[in-house]
Amino acid sequence: MRGMRLWLPLAAFAILFVVVAIGLLRPNDHLVHSGMVGKELPKFTLPKMVPEAPGLASASFADGKPRLLNVFASWCIPCMAESPQLLALRQQGAEIDAIAVRDQPQAVQAFLQRFGNPYDRIGDDRESAVQLALGSSGVPETYVIDGKGRIVEQHIGDVRAEDVPDLLAALKKAGG
Amino acid sequence: MIAEAGLAALWFAAALALLQVILATLAVQRSAVEDMLAAVRPVAVVQGVLVILAMLLLIAVFVNSDMSVKLVVEDSSAAKPLIYKIAGAWGNHEGSMLLWVTILGLAGAAVALFERTLERKTLAATLGAQAAIALGFYAFLLFSSNPFARINPAPADGQGLNPLLQDPGLAFHPPTLYIGYVGISVAFSFAVGAMITRDVGPAFARAMRPWVLGAWIFLTVGITAGSYWAYYELGWGGWWFWDPVENASLMPWLAATALLHSVTVLATRDGLRAWTIMLAVVAFSMSMIGTFLVRSGILTSVHAFAIDPRRGAFILALLVIYIGGALALFGARVGTIRQGNTFEPVSREGALVVNNLLLSVILGIVLIGTLYPLVAAAFGTQLSVGHPFFDSTAGPIALVLVALMAIGPLLRWRRDKAGAALRRVAVPAAITVVTLVAVLVLAPGIGVLPLLGLALATGVAVASVAPLWGRDLRRTPLFTYGMVVAHLGIAVSLGGMASESAFNKETLVATHIGQPQHVGPYTVTLTGVRPVIGVNWSAVEGVLKVQRGGGAPYFLRPQSRFFSTPPQVTNESAIRTAFDGQLYTVLGNQDDAGRWQLRLWWKPFVTLIWAGGALVAIGGALSLLGRALRERRARRRDL
Repeated sequence: MRGMRLWLPLAAFAILFVVVAIGLLRPNDHLVHSGMVGKELPKFTLPKMVPEAPGLASASFADGKPRLLNVFASWCIPCMAESPQLLALRQQGAEIDAIAVRDQPQAVQAFLQRFGNPYDRIGDDRESAVQLALGSSGVPETYVIDGKGRIVEQHIGDVRAEDVPDLLAALKKAGG
Repeated sequence: MIAEAGLAALWFAAALALLQVILATLAVQRSAVEDMLAAVRPVAVVQGVLVILAMLLLIAVFVNSDMSVKLVVEDSSAAKPLIYKIAGAWGNHEGSMLLWVTILGLAGAAVALFERTLERKTLAATLGAQAAIALGFYAFLLFSSNPFARINPAPADGQGLNPLLQDPGLAFHPPTLYIGYVGISVAFSFAVGAMITRDVGPAFARAMRPWVLGAWIFLTVGITAGSYWAYYELGWGGWWFWDPVENASLMPWLAATALLHSVTVLATRDGLRAWTIMLAVVAFSMSMIGTFLVRSGILTSVHAFAIDPRRGAFILALLVIYIGGALALFGARVGTIRQGNTFEPVSREGALVVNNLLLSVILGIVLIGTLYPLVAAAFGTQLSVGHPFFDSTAGPIALVLVALMAIGPLLRWRRDKAGAALRRVAVPAAITVVTLVAVLVLAPGIGVLPLLGLALATGVAVASVAPLWGRDLRRTPLFTYGMVVAHLGIAVSLGGMASESAFNKETLVATHIGQPQHVGPYTVTLTGVRPVIGVNWSAVEGVLKVQRGGGAPYFLRPQSRFFSTPPQVTNESAIRTAFDGQLYTVLGNQDDAGRWQLRLWWKPFVTLIWAGGALVAIGGALSLLGRALRERRARRRDL
């Protein structure tokens, strides 16, 4: 009995080895993926951020038309970098709503004046409550929402030029 | 030239390590141990000299800003203060691994030079084991992490050191921590040596104890200093984040603390033989696992330099050889080692066994918490484990452990009467209850853990000096004072942690210049903001006028620093230490309306956390000194 017990530490180490070996073999992924992909949007109603665009509520998504939902902030530098791509998406027919995270109305207004406004509606998410409910861990992030109000895709980080066709294709797929 | 010389020194050191393994193996097998040992010792010493030479040459390359060396380009720049050029040598993956191996080689050399009491064959086996470990890590450096690699063509300047690391803390924190972290390898090698020669007894324990104690002191200092460094440098006002790397240093400390106590049982009462060997293996295994977790990049951490799966696989292979080998040896050999003495449950030994079990449970919790994200990732779930888990699991057990720490030293060896023991702890227990009630009345609504922590801290502080009651203080041995001081340090540190988490006050504001803000007993006014230029950074500095009650005002100057190579902003907090805590201030950004973000914390008695850590280390040092003096006297008597 004692003899068997003495091998337990080695067995424990073998388990540890398997765990870390699996961890080592898996490709490194430091992105935080949302657990909400494939699910319905969480229920929310956000007040408007700037006078020129209305606020945003989850109810307005289930209108049969797929749309993009962009999580951004005026203080975020990658958000500035992705603005031309968002404008391009809009020109090619994509409808984009936004959630402005932890921001001030004047700052957002200045941001939109400087970088252009691709958004139909902008919700004011001052405490990041809706952002967290979406499973978004940072800005910018862009979600593809289908016509029934379901999240079908999450794009983490700024939208690059090469991502534009993919997002358009995802929107088309979500609609058909 | 210097870089090539360094590389050559590394190769020679590796060759000597191989020779040391061979000679030590022969020494264990032959009857003429003494002759072979006479050869092993100088080899171990020269190996130590060569590896420290390699480290010094790497530092020289950094000090000269030799931009033809890849590592210097990646982690240094010519315009950097000298101290950070030196510290930059280990502020990266390759350099820190070289420092790791340097300590390993030095520890082996120290054993070869200074170990006199260990049985000869066991000593030879120990030196062989130490060289075997070093050999694997030399191979790792030479084949996959060469710190002396050149780059051609050489650029004009380097990319600079991560600004967070450009702090005096970096100059001292890694070397101290590593001496402890890697120094505990000696305990591992002792255990392997003892398993090979089946020599586990009080004499072995007495020989191993100072090495464990020495490494443990450095580990304690390293963890304490690292905690303070993170506290003031990261600007979050926290002192422990349960970051994987912090856990990686905490786990060997927990195992070494358990080992320190079990080795005493083995030395004094010849009990806990197999357990002590196990702990010695586990302590250094935790160091190696920690190194692996950090260096392979499989866990995200502020300390992870290298994200290279091939390096990870290399270290993992070394872990399998060393840890797997030692544990297999344990399984095969320990059954054949004669069982030591047994004892009654209510006794000093009994208390030390419970201490060991609780420390092991905490170690297990920290290990599982650290690795759980990996396990979850294997099943496709992404999560991180932070303080809610550790606080609610390890916290209560740590409190029980601290309570036990108060009782243990008041028990007699071998057997004690429960009634008499209870009488001895009556006063500290009463003090604990009084504090508990007092805190409940004076500060209702504080959390359960901080409440218990404060109550226990006072009771345990009293209990920890209780072993001195009624003793002739001049004839009390120095190592008893060591224990008292170390235990008192734990109580002091616990008091600081509990007070900080119970009474911490935070004010986060956007303030105009001249607008007074309040935090705890302080009034803080931002009176102005001015630019400051450093050697390799520029900063905006907030000038804060601070006043406590009606006291004289003084100024604090937190900075927001912009480093250019590499581009990064760091917040340099400004801290005012009072007798009863610290005021911690951080300057943030300016908003559109011209207001400045200001974070202010009042942390009552937070300094006790590190003061307690220092006391623990001082206690360890007293104990080490006491044992050394007693041994010298005993040797003199024998002559």
